[in-house]
Amino acid sequence: MKILIKNGRLLDPKNGIDQICDISIASGRVVGIGKVDPSFEAKRVIDAQGLAVVPGLIDLSVRLREPGFEHRATLESEMHASLAGGVTSLVIPPDTDPVLDEPGLVEMLKHRAKQLNQANLYPLGAMTLGLKGEIITEMAELTEAGCVAFSQAVRPLIDYGVLYRTMLYAKTFDYTLWLHPFDAALSKGGVAASGAFASRTGLAGVPVQAETIALHVLFELQKSTGVRLHLCRVSSAAGLDLVRKAKAEGLPVSCDVSINQIHLIDQDIGFFDSNYRLDPPLRSQRDRDAIRQGLADGTIDAICSDHTPVDDDGKLLPFSEAEQGATGVELLFSLVYKWALETKIPVLDALAKITTQPASILLSGAPALPPCGHLDIGVPADLALVDLDAAWVVNRESIYSQSCHTPFFGYELPAKVKMTLVGGRVVWESA
Amino acid sequence: MHNPQLNRHGELTHLLSTEGLPKDILTHILDTAQTFVPLAEREVKKVPLLRGKSVFNLFFENSTRTRTTFEIAAKRLSADVFNLNINASSTSKGESLLDTISNLTAMQADIFVVRHEASGAPYLIAQHVEPHIHVVNAGDGRHAHPTQGLLDMYTIRHFKKDFSNLTVAIVGDILHSRVARSDIHALTTLGAAEIRAIAPLTLLPGGLEQMGVRVFTNMEQGLKDVDVIIMLRLQNERMKGALLPSSQEYFKHYGLTREKLAYAKPDAIVMHPGPMNRGVEIDSAVADGDQAVILNQVNFGIAVRMAVMSIVAGASQ
Repeated sequence: MKILIKNGRLLDPKNGIDQICDISIASGRVVGIGKVDPSFEAKRVIDAQGLAVVPGLIDLSVRLREPGFEHRATLESEMHASLAGGVTSLVIPPDTDPVLDEPGLVEMLKHRAKQLNQANLYPLGAMTLGLKGEIITEMAELTEAGCVAFSQAVRPLIDYGVLYRTMLYAKTFDYTLWLHPFDAALSKGGVAASGAFASRTGLAGVPVQAETIALHVLFELQKSTGVRLHLCRVSSAAGLDLVRKAKAEGLPVSCDVSINQIHLIDQDIGFFDSNYRLDPPLRSQRDRDAIRQGLADGTIDAICSDHTPVDDDGKLLPFSEAEQGATGVELLFSLVYKWALETKIPVLDALAKITTQPASILLSGAPALPPCGHLDIGVPADLALVDLDAAWVVNRESIYSQSCHTPFFGYELPAKVKMTLVGGRVVWESA
Repeated sequence: MHNPQLNRHGELTHLLSTEGLPKDILTHILDTAQTFVPLAEREVKKVPLLRGKSVFNLFFENSTRTRTTFEIAAKRLSADVFNLNINASSTSKGESLLDTISNLTAMQADIFVVRHEASGAPYLIAQHVEPHIHVVNAGDGRHAHPTQGLLDMYTIRHFKKDFSNLTVAIVGDILHSRVARSDIHALTTLGAAEIRAIAPLTLLPGGLEQMGVRVFTNMEQGLKDVDVIIMLRLQNERMKGALLPSSQEYFKHYGLTREKLAYAKPDAIVMHPGPMNRGVEIDSAVADGDQAVILNQVNFGIAVRMAVMSIVAGASQ
């Protein structure tokens, strides 16, 4: 269907564009930007006056909870939530049940998603069978089935021999490994970052060395294998220093943090609020400041929602017994925009962390994927219309995800997505 | 952040932690307890303050001593007391903590006395009970044991009168101790001059200095000129997991003997929350010696728990 979006404020970080213009869409692709050919006969004209038009967001970690945890969330509910948040491409961690360790499962997931015909879904394959950290999966087969990279999710990989050989095997095919840097032994039993807050509240701590030791191991093995690594949810100032150093040395490393980590610190857990039970645990104000610094100086490439729907049964428990994770895909844009407003980061730079930069992380390991994260003539028309001046409150009524357990519950947030297009089709619009 | 222990009139409606409680509330509890102490000497030990009220002792973690003192305290206030050892009953059948609470609420409970192995569990309960119900934390994980903290304060006040010139040393497994945390917060609020923690580094949580505590790893230095010594119980399971090599080595360096006690002020008192491990953290000569006030603590503990239950029950809704 031919669509014309008129008078929107186009924000495209890749091309450095921030201007009012029209965008025409035909056959699912962008065909005109700026002055639109007067002969273009649109079936639908969308008046975007007062709205920002942004490339569809790319979220590097969205758990859809399918297969295996359909009581918490389903593909339908969470993809709907994604679109309501302007997210058009989702990277899915492999820790489903069963885990995404064989091609049939990945194909089924892709098939389910295709039937729903909504957001682009990019699964990460498990790098070891059952995520047990013992046997390498059929990475090439999984790639053919649609996996874009390989991950151990948040399961421990204790045997460095297995890690080393997995890196060598991934490097053979130029696949990227997405790894959460944590040392299993030092993290064991911990539910909050070690430090004054954990000591005061009597919550078992995870020392910062759980992260730094893991990073040292990864970088040492990476130097030998040359594998490309994407580091997920780096949480500490010390960890970020190591990432900064690795990048300066020229190691092929990228890095993301979550929306929770850019706004919250351990003290926010307050009186044991289990909505703040997250993995990795929230660290100190100093670490949060380092995360914001790392975003500004480019050490951190991308921000993701780390969307993990947990049901009431998983959260209405004492803090240390509650399940980790929070809903977030619908908050991604608003929380990134809030961060930009608070730190006076230019809006295009902030937007790059959820569009251009996650796109290049995604494409570096899977070059055959269609272009995403920017709006140029010829690219698939994945985009969102956002009212930057709107304010909204996070509550059960405003959230589409099956779970509304998020630390930001009750927050008033800036910016609201009004409409989302995937492949030139309007897949979501606000009432 | 609203302190969930206080109602909107600023009255104590739940006792969850000594942290964040204003000095006047702590003092009010101690003063109230003082009026209950003489009851123990009377022939009729009961007062009718909680007559017709139901106190449920919900112990998700085993304890005989604390549960018994709460039971005695509630009975002396003329309440009906129900002891539930939940470890054995519902959670093993898969019932959630909040389901258990709803069920007991339906049985017309007025006060829940809760012990749970997870830090913060009584907060979850306090946040979900109906407003007429009061929660008293009887120990949650490593977080807090506020009635123990308060009875320790009562004991110190009884023997030392005033906090402002006192140096108090807490000795032993601070890392796992809810008693230590409750003592530290209460001592800070009541204005103790100096709080010390003495332990091997494996039993000290990080960031203690930020709670206003001076940290020592050596008993002779740490005990020098202190007025009060609070010994903590060392659990046997600490010998696993590379925290300590043996109870013998621990006793040699951190066990309170007469020799080590001599470093403290001559009139220093020795406290212990019980149950004691003689020959592990404390030598019998000290435990049974003149400076020990351990049995006084037990007696004061009943009065303090009576005070807490009567005060929260009197909070307006």
